[in-house]
Formats: sequence, C-alpha cells, structure tokens
Amino acid sequence: MSEKTAGRWGLFLRSEIFHNYRRSPSAIAGSIMVVLVLLVALLGPIWTVQNPYDIASLELGDAYKPPVWLEGGEAKFFLGTDQQGRDMVSAIVYGSRVSLFIGIAGTIMASVIGIALGLMAGYFGGKVDGIIMRIADIQLSFPTMLIALLLMSVLGKGVFNILLSLTLVGWVRYARTVRGETLSVKKSEYIEAAKVIGLPDLRILVRHVLPNVFASIIVLSTIQVGSFILTEASLSFLGMGVPLTRPSLGMLCNNGFTVLYSGLWWVSILPGLYIMVIVFGINLLGDFLRDELNPKLK
Amino acid sequence: MTKKLLEVKNLRTYFHTFKGTVKAVDDVSFWVDEGEILAIVGESGGGKSVTGFSVIRLIEEPGRIESGEILFEGKDLMGLSESQMNRVRGKDISMIFQDPMTSLNPVYTIGQQIEETLILHTDLSPKERKAASIELLRSVGISNPESRLKAYPHQFSGGMRQRVIIAIALAADPKLIIADEPTTALDVTIQAQILRLMAELVRGKGRSLILVTHDLAVVSEMADRINVMYCGKVVESGPTRDVIDRSAHPYTKGLIGSIPDLERDKNRLETIKGIVPNMFDLPKGCKFAPRCTRAKEICHVQEPEVINMSQSHQVACHFPFREEVL
Amino acid sequence: MFRFIVKRLIQLVLVLFVVSLIVFVFTSVMGNPVYLMVRENATEAEIQAVVQYLGLDKPLPVQYGIFLKNALHGNFGKSYMYHLPALGLIMERFPATLEIVVVALLLSASLGIPLGVLSGAYPKSKFSQGVMAFSIAGISMPSFWIGMVMIFFFSLYLGVLPVSGRGDVGTILGINTSLATVNGWQHIILPSITLALGNVATIIRLTRSGMQENMRQDYVRFARAKGVPRRKVLFGHALKNTLIPVVTIFGLQMGSLIAFTTITETIFAWPGMGKLLIDAINIAARPIIAAYILFVAVMFVFINFIVDILYVFIDPRIDLQ
Repeated sequence: MSEKTAGRWGLFLRSEIFHNYRRSPSAIAGSIMVVLVLLVALLGPIWTVQNPYDIASLELGDAYKPPVWLEGGEAKFFLGTDQQGRDMVSAIVYGSRVSLFIGIAGTIMASVIGIALGLMAGYFGGKVDGIIMRIADIQLSFPTMLIALLLMSVLGKGVFNILLSLTLVGWVRYARTVRGETLSVKKSEYIEAAKVIGLPDLRILVRHVLPNVFASIIVLSTIQVGSFILTEASLSFLGMGVPLTRPSLGMLCNNGFTVLYSGLWWVSILPGLYIMVIVFGINLLGDFLRDELNPKLK
Repeated sequence: MTKKLLEVKNLRTYFHTFKGTVKAVDDVSFWVDEGEILAIVGESGGGKSVTGFSVIRLIEEPGRIESGEILFEGKDLMGLSESQMNRVRGKDISMIFQDPMTSLNPVYTIGQQIEETLILHTDLSPKERKAASIELLRSVGISNPESRLKAYPHQFSGGMRQRVIIAIALAADPKLIIADEPTTALDVTIQAQILRLMAELVRGKGRSLILVTHDLAVVSEMADRINVMYCGKVVESGPTRDVIDRSAHPYTKGLIGSIPDLERDKNRLETIKGIVPNMFDLPKGCKFAPRCTRAKEICHVQEPEVINMSQSHQVACHFPFREEVL
Repeated sequence: MFRFIVKRLIQLVLVLFVVSLIVFVFTSVMGNPVYLMVRENATEAEIQAVVQYLGLDKPLPVQYGIFLKNALHGNFGKSYMYHLPALGLIMERFPATLEIVVVALLLSASLGIPLGVLSGAYPKSKFSQGVMAFSIAGISMPSFWIGMVMIFFFSLYLGVLPVSGRGDVGTILGINTSLATVNGWQHIILPSITLALGNVATIIRLTRSGMQENMRQDYVRFARAKGVPRRKVLFGHALKNTLIPVVTIFGLQMGSLIAFTTITETIFAWPGMGKLLIDAINIAARPIIAAYILFVAVMFVFINFIVDILYVFIDPRIDLQ
C-alpha cells in the first residue's frame, strides 16, 4: 500500500469493517442495489419515455399494454402500460422518487426530533424525562402502523402529512438510544468537573453524547428508511398516504389493484416488486451495519 | 514411582482473527501425575485458560488446536472423535469454570444439572441418582441438600454456586479436574474455603487437579508442582518449593515479588514493569525481554532454550537466576 | 398474585384513561360528521339541529365527559353510516379478525421458531444463510403486495382458491367460525399466509439472535465440559433459555398482526374489524374509530397481562412477590 492511501481513507480501507464488508456478499449486493436505486431515481427523468404526471403526454390508445415479453407488448413500453396508457417504467421511476424522498426525509426528521428529545430527557431528567419517556412507552405499546394510520386519518392525505406522521412514530427509538447515552455521560467525572467550575455543560454533553451514539444512529437510520418506505407504501395503498397527483410506489399498487382481477397484473405487482427491491437492498446493508457497529440493537 | 496421568506434548492452540493470528498456546509441553496438583500460573492473557480448555478440546471458533499430543492414560485425545470425546469430558476429565454466576443454566434446577452428568456417565437408576446428587451436595458442604435439589441457581450465592459446580465436576468421579481460576470471581473470604474444599476432595480420592490461576500465593500452599506461563509459553516449571524458593526465571521472580506479604513489612510492592505485550505482535526472541531487567542483546534476538536447573526444575531463559554457591 | 392482578387493573385503568383522552382529541379534530348526516342542501336550522343532537355545541371538556360516561357504558354512539351501535359493530366483526390472526400466529410460530433455532444453532451452514436471506426478504415485502401476488397466483392464475370474502361459517364447540368448514378454510388460507409472512421473518430473526446470544453463555460451555453433546446443548440448554423471551415477542407480534389486518382485510375483502376501521376512516365515522382504538387498547393490555402470567410459569427467575 502506498504512502498516499494513509490518512482517514487508508484507515478505513484497512479497518475490520471494510475487511468484513469485502467478505460479505449480502452487504455488497445490498449496497449495489441501494446505489442503483438511488441512481435510477436521480437520473430517471432523463431517460424515461414520458413524464407520467403530465396528463398531456398520455394517450389512451396506449392503455392496457402488457410488458414487452408478453404477446401484444411494445418495446417502447418495456413493462407495459396502465389503464390510462401510462408507461409503467416511467411511473415506477417517478414513484420511487416519491417513496425514497419520504423514506429519507422522514428518517432525517424523526432522527433530529428524537435526538433532541432524547438529549432533553437525559439532560434535564426529572419531570421532563418522565413525560417524554412515558409518551414513548405508551407509543411503543401500540404498533407503528396503527398509529401512523390513525394520524393520517386525522391529518389527511399529503406528502408533508406523511412526513409528520412518520416523524411522530419514528422519534421514539432515537430518543431512547440518545437518552441512555446522555445519562451515562452525565454521570462521568469530567461533566461533574465542568459543573463544579460552572461551565455550561450542555455543550460538553452534546459533544460527548453524539459521537458515542453515532454508530447506533447510523444503524437505526438505515433500517428506519426501509421501514418508513414500507409504512408509506401501506398508507398510500390504503388511500391514506400521498395524493393522486404525486403517486408513490404504494399509490401505484393501489391504482393497479382495481385492474388486477382483469388480469393486468403488471400494473400493481411490478411497483410492489420494486418497493421490495429497494427495501431489500436497504435491509441487507442495514443488517450488515448492525452486526458490525452495534450487535446489541435488535 | 508415580504414573503420568496426563501428558501434553508440543501443544499449539492458535486463534485466527482479522487482525492476525494469536498464538495463545505455543509449543507447550507438561504432564500431571496421578494424585498430583499441578498449578498453571501467569498473568491474564498468558494462555493458561486456553491450555486448560485445549486439554478437553473445547476450543471454539476462531480458535483451533493446530498440533500436539494430549495423552491421557497413554491414549491420545487428539485422535478421538467428537462423540468419543464427549465420553471423556465430565467422566475422565471435568472442568470447573471461573465465574459461578454464569456457569449454571438459569432455567434448570440444581438437581437437574447434577443429574445430567450422572445420566451421561453412569448407569445409576433414577433413585440412585437422586441419592448420589444429595450425597454430592453434602460433600461440598451444602446444608439441607434434599430440599436444595429443587432450587434454581439464582437462589444461591456465588460461593454456594461454585460449590454446586464442584459437585457437578465431581459427579462422575473423574480422574482429572481442571479448575480455571475457580475463586477469582468470589469474595476473598470465601476463596480460601473453596480452595481448601477442592484440595481436600481431590486429595481424599487420590485424584489429580490442574489449577489455573494468576494467584501465586494461593498456589504455593496447595500445588505439588507449578508451571509458569507467559505469552503462550511455559517459562518455568518444577516442584512448588523449587519454583517459589529458587525461582530461576526473572518473570517468576517478578510474580513472587508482587505478592503482598503481611508478615514482612514491605514498604512498597514490587511490580513487573511494562505490560503484557500485544498478542498479535509478540516480540522476537524471548517474549519477556522487553520487560526484563536482565535482558541482554541475545534475549531480543533468540528464543531461549529450556535448561534443566535440576532434574525436575526447568526454565526457559538465557540468563536464569542460579543458586549462589555459598 | 392478588396484588399483581390489582396492580395490573390499576394500570389498565390508567392506560385506558390516557388512550380515551387521545381518542377524544383525535376524533374531535377529524372531519366534521355533521355534513355526513344532513342533506346536501340542508338549511342552517337543520344543521344546527344535528349539531345539537350530536352534542357538538357544548364546550370540549363537557363533550369529553359525556364521551367518557357513554364509553364506560360501552356506548360509543351509533355509527353515522350503519346507524348501529359502534361497539356492537366491532364485536360483530371481531371473530372474523381473530380467525385470521390466530391462524397467522400459529403459522408463524410453527415456521418461525424452528427455522430461527436451526439457523441460530448453525449460523454458518448454507441452510441458515438461506433462511436469513428469506427472512430479510420477508421483512422487506409490503404486506399488501404479498396479498396481491397471492391473489394473482392462486386465485387468478391457478384458480384453486377463492379471491376474497369470508367462507361458510360452521360451528365447533358452539362457536361460530369459518374454521369449521372446508370452504371457510379455503377462504382463510390466503389472508392468513399474507398476514403471517412478515411475522415469520421477524420471529426467525429474534429467535435466531436469542439462540446465538445464549450459545455464547458460560453455562453452554460448562454443559459441554460435562460431556453433553453439542446437539443436546443446543436444543436443551440454549433452546430453553431462548424460548422465554419468544413469549414476549408473541405478545408484541399479536399487536402488530391486529394492526396489519387493516391491510390484509382490505385486500381480501375480509369482513373483520380492520376493514371496518378503514371504511370508518374513509367516512370519518368517529364513534367506530373511537370504539376501535379503545377496544384494541384493552386487548393489548390484556395480552400483556397474559404474557406476564406466562412468564411466571416458564421463567424460574421471576417471582411475582
């Protein structure tokens, strides 16, 4: 190894994680899937045959076309078309943009809120801690899906409302992890010392807590993105997710479900399959990271 | 002339990890006579426990016994199949673990756990097994053994659990018992009790014991012979009095020097300077050289040969302490 | 034991109080039910009459008091749409939901536990790597998608199983259930497999990690040192310790299965309380939603109670006193 690869990058290449990564086919497969999915979502609009949101580009004459390998399929519509003549490839690519956006943005929001509340609970202790953690406990005793569903029924459809619901159900686990770490750091002597000489210890606390929980947060977030994508898909499938104007993959399944019985399986099954590909990739990666970074997390 | 019960020749047990290979036990040879107590002494990480586990071939991934012979009553255990080995473990050779709090299964009763050994290694009827279990518990000093059989481990204190473990280890009347730091996890006041109990039981039946420990003080009272291990190698071995009173290896001297002594008024404890080296990156030559006050150039280059100090007292050192001729 | 039960009952009351408050706030802000009950061209007076009839003109705390009082009598008001008591509707739908949940639970236990134990015991074998791949795939599949694939493959493509609905109901031991008829089983099989699949994956993963954790424990090594064969240690010592937390997992899983019946029942047009909830949400039927949430809350507390009791029997370390 040359001198130039030294430094952080070199350190990473020689680390145990990278060593295990290279020996884990599932982790490699997972990351390839995630990278491809992200590329397709980012670059999709450049090469898809149509913009599925643009009603003007749809032609009813193109409707009900099966995928190319079946009789009646057209090369232009590789995975066929739906009942309005929408190209399935384009619909799935655009749908994945919505699904991924919600999964990632929701995770970021939930982690920010969760970390902040966890820090508060651990730092202030007492009543603040009691209230935050009691809410967390009650929430954890109900299934995530049910809470999200009920929240959406109050908030109504919409991308922002979904993000809000996901944040409200997702903050709990971050808060618990961060609170635990805050409590243990708070007990340590250097914080005591800082208190004695009257230094503002919140800053110190943040600086010492966050690096310690960083690994757990990374693991949690990876898995969370996948589970948020699934939750969003389920909500949208039930008609309580994204609006019709910005169909996510789950919404596409909902839309296609009505024609499943007429044998047009590709309209609903294919978007669902793509959800699985996305989440599968994320989970493969998440599983690997959990084993490497924090085996105690379930 | 006493008979050798166990003879280990050129044992090598290595652990293969990402960071490299750890030679936990590296070319170790020793023996135990019938009716003898052998102590294996050294600092943590010196390969003592691994030596013990290697004898009953309980080395788990990523560890592996690379080579060597483990002759028990003249028969090489390395040549046995796994199921043949299961008939040796617990029956011929049994083991006592370090931490009594975790060695017993929390969801089985004490009685069930003693009986398990009896079922595996004896032909006793259920009734006889119960009687034997009660007798075993009584022999290790547990009062009210009949009612204790139905108790679960969490209802016992640490010292009591270690007694139960000793009872289990003795259940099938094995010829050799390997005790891996049996008192380290216990309160100081209980340590002596447990050790005395073990010595009594072993001596009373004429059985052999390998006592793995880091506590040289304990050993000096109990053991017939001592093996001192450092970084996977036996650096000194011999009868207890020889090793303690006429230590030849600087490491042994260091260990003895660091024993607190209430009778003699020492102002400060001596310590061995430095720390146990990184097992992934052992020094060349003598492993102890970097910490040794007597080390010369050759020590850093060449591994010392084993020298006979007397017929029964061996040391692996270039410059051993020799008896000054008065 | 008595003190334990009293403690649990107090806890139940507390949980229900909190949940009822949340439910009340929830349903109060959700869609205005007045417009569902009046004609499209209703006059101001007509609307006012409905508002009064529903008690919506009173201040919120008073409304909550009335809500609580009625709820205590099991009266959540009548469904705006069905004009039937809400709780009655849920109770009527409950058996159908219980059927698929129980079948799904049995399916996931009989598959998930053995697979988890085996793959935990031999983590390096090809078999357990296959099981792990399957379980990761299992938690990655949207449950509605599994349902759609099932419908397409078994009902539409092969034509061997019915597409939707609940089959004929028969009687076993005086209980009306579709598990009593062949036709009923034909209807129940797809929904319960759909419901079970994600669940199997979760149970496999948790059993497996429990197994691996227990295998690292000292008592496993000590048992080996006693001469207990590896297999016996795995399926005796390690397994018994692994199965204890699995009971908790079951309690939790039962909750999440009930939540996911909303999706499964929607896909298979299964007339259970999950579908009832979705229909209720779509028409903003407050009484049904309120009754549903409280009903589920009571059920969860009850499940937890059962799990706690079971623990006493299987884990010697736990003592209620």
